[in-house]
Amino acid sequence: MSDPITRPTASPQRESVDPSAVEEKREGILPPGLDRLGERKRARLEQLAQATADKGGVSLVRDAFRRLRRNPTAIFGASIVALFILVAIFAPLLAPHDPAQRFDELTKNLTVDNIPGASSEFPLGSDPLGRDFLSRMIHGSRQTLFVGVLATFIGLALGVLVGAIAGAFGGWVDNILMRFTDVMLALPALLLAISLVAMASRSSQWTVIIAVAIVNVPIFARLLRGSMLAQRESDHVLAARALGVKQGSIVLRHMLPNAMTAVIVQATLTLSTAILEAASLSFLGLGDPDINRAEWGLMLGVDGQRYFEVRPELAYYPAVAIIIVALGFTLLGEGMREAIDPKSRR
Amino acid sequence: MLRVIVRRLLQLVVTLIGLSALVFVWLRNLPGGPIEALLGERATPERRALLIKALGYDQPILVQYAKFMQRLLTGDFGNSIRSGDPVTEVIGRAFPATIELAAAAMVIAIGLGVPLGYLAARHRGRLLDNMSIAGTLLGISIPIFFLGYLLKDVFTQNIHWFPPSGRMSTGVDNTEITGFFVLDGLLTREFDATADALWHLVLPALTLATIPLAVIVRITRASVLDVLNEDFVRTAEAKGLRHKTIRGRHILRNALLPVVTTIGLQTGALLSGAVLTERVYNWGGLGTLIYNSISGGRDYPVLQALILLAALVFVLVNLLVDLSYAFIDPRVRVR
Repeated sequence: MSDPITRPTASPQRESVDPSAVEEKREGILPPGLDRLGERKRARLEQLAQATADKGGVSLVRDAFRRLRRNPTAIFGASIVALFILVAIFAPLLAPHDPAQRFDELTKNLTVDNIPGASSEFPLGSDPLGRDFLSRMIHGSRQTLFVGVLATFIGLALGVLVGAIAGAFGGWVDNILMRFTDVMLALPALLLAISLVAMASRSSQWTVIIAVAIVNVPIFARLLRGSMLAQRESDHVLAARALGVKQGSIVLRHMLPNAMTAVIVQATLTLSTAILEAASLSFLGLGDPDINRAEWGLMLGVDGQRYFEVRPELAYYPAVAIIIVALGFTLLGEGMREAIDPKSRR
Repeated sequence: MLRVIVRRLLQLVVTLIGLSALVFVWLRNLPGGPIEALLGERATPERRALLIKALGYDQPILVQYAKFMQRLLTGDFGNSIRSGDPVTEVIGRAFPATIELAAAAMVIAIGLGVPLGYLAARHRGRLLDNMSIAGTLLGISIPIFFLGYLLKDVFTQNIHWFPPSGRMSTGVDNTEITGFFVLDGLLTREFDATADALWHLVLPALTLATIPLAVIVRITRASVLDVLNEDFVRTAEAKGLRHKTIRGRHILRNALLPVVTTIGLQTGALLSGAVLTERVYNWGGLGTLIYNSISGGRDYPVLQALILLAALVFVLVNLLVDLSYAFIDPRVRVR
């Protein structure tokens, strides 16, 4: 996916070498004489060295980061993510009330088909149990972040482990592990998550996190294995092997770091799907049964669905929050992918 | 070519056997597994021992697995715990509903997605392109069950354009032959039934199509953009070929390979999405069956068959997609 936004950045740099070279040539033509030739050569070499020193010191990651900073959509995504994380961190300071407390003012008018709306003290009104909805939304950012990050992290860790072993050893180890990921990939994501949750005798927040994590294991594993296998024959690994670097440190220090960029990009994108999948599980009644827990997916999937006819705002607010955060992670992730993609580095 | 097909088929069989083994082990080792599910509250040690013996759970695990596979291969998936009917019958009743829904969603996703992706690429950087990018980003970020409720609210409560749920209005006389209501109506020439079935299909299919549509638009756009940069497109233009010929023979034919792969992978999204969509629109298909066999007390025989069926469909579709390359792309045939 090549986008126009990042494309023009590289070209001015390359051109910056050319004008001086032309100047050099012109200078060389003007004064005749052989003694000038050696000087000219030296000057030119110095210039070349300088030119390469300027560019060559930039690592892939720093280079990618520079391109990322110039991509407005990626910055937009990153800002959403940053805001989301800030709200989650400062939730207790931002929330006007305790998210678990039931208020008499709200429960007074509360019936099955009437849930109090906005008032000056409760800007987003009440939830079905007479709790302040705004506070629950703000605290919900914490739980949503927690579920998303943890599910992604566990999936990432297990996937990297499997992928690194497969990619490092190759051969029959690789074969067995990949057949195993085939089995997992043979089931569509949500169905696999549903089956995993159904395995547990009763669902909790952890069954959701682990189910969503496991769904992502084969994806990370395949991704990492692919890029590690591609490196097995590459020059820098060959060089390391020729220098007598131990197999273990070739894998850990030479292959794994190079293969991780793609995995980290995928992880950013997974944060968005993890939050959406957790919401889907809640909607199917397989989510966290704790009624005090405020999590957007849970609020949307359980109360939002049940009271949609009575008070659709109970679905709208968490849904909009989930959409914005999912969008933020997606934009950031795709910006990162674009920045790393060699195709967009032209 | 033949060798590739055989190898892929073997791989498929290995995958499915692996999955069946996992499902088998999973079922046998559940806390409160099938025995408890069958006995429910009447569980006494005597009854349990009797049932364990009757089901053959006292035999070695490998023997049990062999018997399990033997039954599977003869099409015997056991009986549903909830209804007592054979699992194949329960699934057979729900199967056409989901396939009808998924097929309609796929038609929408491909029918809208490919032209939209093409136009977006052709008008790159312009309003249409930016709007389609924004639309696809929203499409993959919205929880589809929420979109379902939203559509349902707008088009059935506020404006009464579509029916809110179900597959057919009560009172419409339809004869079931295949279980695909649209097809049945056509076969029996009960066109009012076809119209009614299509009417019911619109909102659920739109909801289910969201994610595949968004993904197909993105992939088509990216792929067409890549092809547009190729020399042969410029050559074709320089030769003065008609616009239609360039679009069909030169751009789309080359750009569609990644799109076809994506379509295969999106059947997974359809199967997953069906569980959510069917619940929103009360659509009596496999998704509803999955939901019911989990939330209404775990119905393990049904669940196990559904998992294997979903995997079989998904893997087969992707195999067919891979094989279809040979027809679309002559380069693959040579290799």
